Amino acid sequence: MWNYSQKVLDLFYNPVNQGAITDEQEPDVAVVFGEVGSIACGDALRLHLKIQVSTEAILDAKFQTFGCTSAIASSSALTEIVKGKTLDEALQVSNHDIANYLGGLPEAKMHCSVMGQEALEAAIFRYRGIKVEDHEEDEGNLVCSCYAVTEPRIRRIIIENNLTTLEQVTNYLKAGGGCGTCLAAVEDILQEIQQQQAAVPTRLAAELATVDMTTAALPMTTLQKISLIQQVLDQEIRPVLRADGGDVELFDINGDHVQVVLKGACHGCSSSTATVKYAIEAQLRQRGLPTLTVEEVTV
Amino acid sequence: MVIYLDNNATTRVDPDVLEAMLPYLSDLYGNPSSMHSFGGQVGADILKARGQVAELLGAEETEIIFNSCGSEGNNTAIHAALAAQPDKRHIVTTAVEHPAILNVCKHLEKKGYRVTYLSVDRRGQLDLLELEAAMTGGTALVTTMYANNETGVIFPVEQIGAITKDYGATFHVDAVQAVGKVPIDLSTSTIDMLTLSGHKLHAPKGIGALYVRRGFRFRPFLLGGHQERGRRAGTQNVPGIVALGKAAELAQTHLYNVERERRLRDLLETQLQSQIPDCEVNGGGASRLPNTTNIGFKYIEGEAILFMLNQYGICASSGSACTSGSLEPSHVLMAMQLPYVILHGSIRFSLSRFTTEHEIRQVLTVMPGIVDKLRSLSPFNNDRADWLQSRNVA
Ligand code: FES
Repeated sequence: MWNYSQKVLDLFYNPVNQGAITDEQEPDVAVVFGEVGSIACGDALRLHLKIQVSTEAILDAKFQTFGCTSAIASSSALTEIVKGKTLDEALQVSNHDIANYLGGLPEAKMHCSVMGQEALEAAIFRYRGIKVEDHEEDEGNLVCSCYAVTEPRIRRIIIENNLTTLEQVTNYLKAGGGCGTCLAAVEDILQEIQQQQAAVPTRLAAELATVDMTTAALPMTTLQKISLIQQVLDQEIRPVLRADGGDVELFDINGDHVQVVLKGACHGCSSSTATVKYAIEAQLRQRGLPTLTVEEVTV
Repeated sequence: MVIYLDNNATTRVDPDVLEAMLPYLSDLYGNPSSMHSFGGQVGADILKARGQVAELLGAEETEIIFNSCGSEGNNTAIHAALAAQPDKRHIVTTAVEHPAILNVCKHLEKKGYRVTYLSVDRRGQLDLLELEAAMTGGTALVTTMYANNETGVIFPVEQIGAITKDYGATFHVDAVQAVGKVPIDLSTSTIDMLTLSGHKLHAPKGIGALYVRRGFRFRPFLLGGHQERGRRAGTQNVPGIVALGKAAELAQTHLYNVERERRLRDLLETQLQSQIPDCEVNGGGASRLPNTTNIGFKYIEGEAILFMLNQYGICASSGSACTSGSLEPSHVLMAMQLPYVILHGSIRFSLSRFTTEHEIRQVLTVMPGIVDKLRSLSPFNNDRADWLQSRNVA
């Protein structure tokens, strides 16, 4: 028997926000739904949103779910999380937010939280007139035909969740959990991403070493310092990191001590220290801040 | 209070069985292989147990090899059959076997054996013509179950055996689910080897037996000492063996009133079907074990049903993927080509002689509400939408 958190069981036995939102003819209100999954996959979720058109705020959310204990609990959690958010805020909700809300999910059930995040995206895309099928991020080669999982989607979920093993990919996406024919292909994708991630710091350091020094090493005001750091990050470092599925943001500056937050593939990457030290810090030092230290913080 | 309807998974140890085995966990700890009389006494008790098991099967004492479990029995039987005919490289089995057969076969395929997996129809039944067509002079072994653990569907083993014999192949039967539930008489049978497991018939876990027909060229799987007449090495599990003997004796008595169990099963089955729309018995048209029913409740998912039942202390099991840790639904229900709406929402109730009518009525009281509640959550409930059926189906 699965070891579910109390919160999962509570929301399973007493789900909240179940049902549909019917098209209410109110001014300034739109009703939309998004759906993912299939009967063949064994779980499916239809998420209904009631949206205030003028502010894009989610006024209400309801769900209909075909699935197991954790799929039903994840659906309730999702509706609770998104209520009151704007659509842009809601798009930031990740499957981890759903799992965290539930006090965690067994690893093998993480795909339930992924399903929630995807239904949310589907609903918002539909509201905005973007056909889910057109969501170019996830369009592409079908890798797992048992569960209809495409290559871009596998890449996205691996990077977003820092997945490192084949088993995790199956737990999050179901890909590979059926006939198993696709396992080798999934493993190749996983390996490729891992290799790319490992290569980022070295490549970055090499690329940055060739950049000219354009700023003189003069004493700067704090304001100048901040804007220089921001400029170097935005123009020189982030594009390279982003190309590999990662990102970085300035978090705080205290004298010569700079704190940054690594995102996406960079976050939790085994070589994140190298990224911070040899790529970001080295580059900033070259650009006229020789005494600067850079540190990664997690928020 | 627990209402235990998962007896095909395992059974409770019968109190009489427990009583019979207890002395061998305390005072009577001698090793039956020892030369002194303290061990010798235990040896005599093993002999008695061997007789009890043989009696239940219509076999001879020397045809019974005690071992640890059904998986061991199945592995041993396959190994023995292939070792006895090293020049034959073909195995016939079915798509609905227990993993202790299927995974061995898959392993053997990697070693160069050819394996035919016979299909089953919507009722879970084999097509004997398909079996005939698969057989060749190079077939070493036909291994099929007696009765299916998930649906209870019984295979026509003697007919299968007759075909097997026509081609000179060995016939092994995995009877783990059948022993103690249906009468078996090996004295007049075509079966060469038969596997049984103690914990499915009210003995404890960790004891099983393999029947090997007298005269069959048997090669042991586990090598070592001379226990079990050199056919299965390893110090005998004396308490387990005594328990299995007692359990076999009790099972034989029980076979006379298995009808009571069948009535309760039928009550459960017919009442659920009449109270709950859109459900059907998987394998319902076939001959089945008297204690098993497997029912598909459309539009909802099995694990969710089990967790709801669990709230009322009711233990059942499900063929749904979500319970098993794998993502595929039951290979048995898949092989029966049931539609997805049924196979994801299938629940197995398996009774035992300890099941009471009161317990069955309890299940009947709560089950309609559970199905209603889950269906009210399901997107299929409102519009029976086929959007889900049409999308993502490979
Ligand atoms: S194709 Fe991916 S599991 Fe079958």
